[in-house]
Amino acid sequence: MSANGPYQGAIDCDIHPRVPTPQTLARYMDDHWRDTVEVRGIEAWDSISYPPNAPLTSRPDWRKADADAEPAKLTEATLDRFGFAHALCNSLFAVQFFRDENLAAAFARALNDWLAAEWLDKDPRLRGSVVLPIQSVERSVDEIERRAADRRFVQVLLLAMGEQPLGKSMYWPIYAAAERHGFTVGIHAGSSYHHALTSSGWPSYYLEDYAAQALGFQAQLASLICEGVFVKYPKLKVVLIESGVTWLPPSLWRLSKFWRGVRLEVPWLDRSPEQFARDHIRLTIQPFDAPPSPAQIGRIMDQLQSDEMLLFATDFPHWQFADDAMLPAGLSPALTRKILIDNPLAAYPRLGRP
Amino acid sequence: MLDAPLAPELQAEAGRPSRETSSRLKIIDGDVHPAPRSIADIKAFLPQRWREHLEIYGSRRKLGMTYEPYPKSAPRACRRDAWPDTGGNPGSDLDLIRSQYLDAYGIEYGILGPLGLSGHSELNQEFSAALTSAINDWQKEYFAKPEPRLKAAIVVPTESTQAAVAEIERCANDPVYAQAFMLTRTSEPLGNQRYWPIYAAAERHGLPIGLHVFGSGGHAYSGTGWPSYYVEEGAGHATSCQATVSSLVIEGVFERFSRLKVVLIEGGFGWLPALAWRLDKLFERMRSEVPHLKKRPSEYIREHIWVTTQPMEEPQDRKHLFDIMEWIGWDRLLFASDYPHWDFDDPFRAFPAGLSQERYRQILAGNGLAVYRLA
Amino acid sequence: MPRHVVAKAAEIPPGSRKLVQVAGRDIVIFNISGELFALSDKCPHKGGSLSRGKLSGAVTASQPGQYHYSRPGEIIRCPWHAWEFDVRTGRSWCDPQRMRLMNYAVSVEPGAKLVEGPFTAETFAVSVEDAYVVIETK
Repeated sequence: MSANGPYQGAIDCDIHPRVPTPQTLARYMDDHWRDTVEVRGIEAWDSISYPPNAPLTSRPDWRKADADAEPAKLTEATLDRFGFAHALCNSLFAVQFFRDENLAAAFARALNDWLAAEWLDKDPRLRGSVVLPIQSVERSVDEIERRAADRRFVQVLLLAMGEQPLGKSMYWPIYAAAERHGFTVGIHAGSSYHHALTSSGWPSYYLEDYAAQALGFQAQLASLICEGVFVKYPKLKVVLIESGVTWLPPSLWRLSKFWRGVRLEVPWLDRSPEQFARDHIRLTIQPFDAPPSPAQIGRIMDQLQSDEMLLFATDFPHWQFADDAMLPAGLSPALTRKILIDNPLAAYPRLGRP
Repeated sequence: MLDAPLAPELQAEAGRPSRETSSRLKIIDGDVHPAPRSIADIKAFLPQRWREHLEIYGSRRKLGMTYEPYPKSAPRACRRDAWPDTGGNPGSDLDLIRSQYLDAYGIEYGILGPLGLSGHSELNQEFSAALTSAINDWQKEYFAKPEPRLKAAIVVPTESTQAAVAEIERCANDPVYAQAFMLTRTSEPLGNQRYWPIYAAAERHGLPIGLHVFGSGGHAYSGTGWPSYYVEEGAGHATSCQATVSSLVIEGVFERFSRLKVVLIEGGFGWLPALAWRLDKLFERMRSEVPHLKKRPSEYIREHIWVTTQPMEEPQDRKHLFDIMEWIGWDRLLFASDYPHWDFDDPFRAFPAGLSQERYRQILAGNGLAVYRLA
Repeated sequence: MPRHVVAKAAEIPPGSRKLVQVAGRDIVIFNISGELFALSDKCPHKGGSLSRGKLSGAVTASQPGQYHYSRPGEIIRCPWHAWEFDVRTGRSWCDPQRMRLMNYAVSVEPGAKLVEGPFTAETFAVSVEDAYVVIETK
């Protein structure tokens, strides 16, 4: 495949630079926090969300090439090869796991500075997400303000599962700041594991853990809509990243049905949850969790009732697809173009104004 | 569809059923909720030691409160027209159950599923066991014996495996019981090996396991904490169903218990196909983690999982609902009404127009005959 | 336009409701502070009987966390799925364009006028001393 191929000009809305170590991040900290990392021996700070050697965590050819280790290798493996216009870097260092909000804020600052210096500075096509220290709403807002002037950052990044559902009003200052600066709010697969992963407890296997990420997204979707985040912040777009896609339509039917019966609980919703989702929610396309046949994929596209919700993503280097089959089978050329280019541009206002 | 009428061919046969003209369509209802007239009904079945315990210390569930944290859409989450004129709770008056529901719709069998004070999620494990036994005896005496169309469920004290097995053994030979009954929000996901003796007992006696939504296993109702609203909790039951099915499949319950049948109750069904696809894909990637699985997750789901239809998903385009039904398999859908609860599905109006007679009959009764122990 | 005498006016005082059968239809009549409204009794969603429903107010909000309560007693909630309908218009709150209850013209007429016809008093005799509720079917 070469430039001018089918992905020429596409915007990849989810790639992952290799997770840096605390020691690497310490280089981007002030004296106190750099000392803290050393004095207190913060040697490893890894989530169990992506075990480094798990098959899902890195596609075999990318793993072999060490393709997520540095920008030159990354661009060779994806951007140059396919002719992507941009790729959006989502850092998965476990900032969300600190119980100490000061430590969390220090690591979030360092992580975002590291991304700017070691990735965004190295290739003009790369874009970034501002990882927030969600343990403190105030410090999250500080971090948004601090990064707002750097227009290569186009999104603020949260995890699918944390302390509280993200629609709750305690988080609204984050959305106000994001809306003010034109940031999109990205919610990425992952949990801080502050709660059992499911309402029925902790699953035994990593396979189930990853499957359960979709449940976290279902809860966040309901929360954001029902709490009225999009009534309060009508310009806000939320992107569910690495969420899976095919669970969405039935989840919205169910939410909309319950809303009709208990509308008085959330009277600020002046239209159905389905409509709010179509107006404000976007999803990256890997993983898609595709059915076996292209005909079924066509039906799911029809169930979505919108051609604007899906955003192209490779989820590099996670192993979501074989060969170059980055899109589900059977999409029309017009829809493909929207997913690859138009929808990402619409979802990320800061992308258009570098 | 919001206002879909019955398909003409169905209307012709089914009509609007009434007390006088029972329908020629057989109906098996997978979710009917009995209630006591008052707590005294249940206390009568408790041994003195636990009756006194209940009087002094009350029901203390793994939830920290005696009711549930989300006020419902209607009192006791019930249809407003289901309160007996004679007093007592909806679902407690057999005459009203007959006239308003069994006779009115021509129900052949209604499978009971006791909720509320019935031993689920109790912190005291011994009390949980005593209470489930009382509930099982109460169902039999008050409902299943006087009204053979109502089949009881063996409620099990889920979190105390030994007592759960003992309760199944105590009741299983009595034909009034059609299923073993647990809730989906548990202390561990239900595939966990600690629960396997329950499945062994159910399989041994040919009892399907009915897994109804609700319960509290001591965890937040989502992996990201507690939502604010009942509308979120209601929609979110589908997530506890997904977690439960994932766990049963991936932990290998169906590899070990190849004749086990599991029915997911009151979680709707729209979520099932996408879950199967997601699990299949992850299985393809990470087979090495689950070498005990010999088949793809979707195959275990197809062979062992049934879903009740209530509360029916209502997409604006009814074809979308039929897509999902097709993908699940027409032989895996069981009608349920949830009588007398507020999100009741009427067997003659819940399904959108366009189902063939054959499929409609399958869902209303044929599939249920194959799943429940109705001998 | 057939007109049907369905009840004595005194049977449906303010705050009450009555289910009547007219020409094979179930119709519920609500008296809201002296004003009468007649609606099809069958919920167009799944067929619940609205005469068994709960009347409440109209709850609106311009912002999350605000609750503006108005028009007490003018919104009927279906006894089954709790869908809301505006008693004045019959329209569904959530789907006002696509879903509504059939509504009927209803009035109170003196018995003296009714005995002259052309009214249909199907179930009881009309006396000149009383006032009656009359529904017009289309």
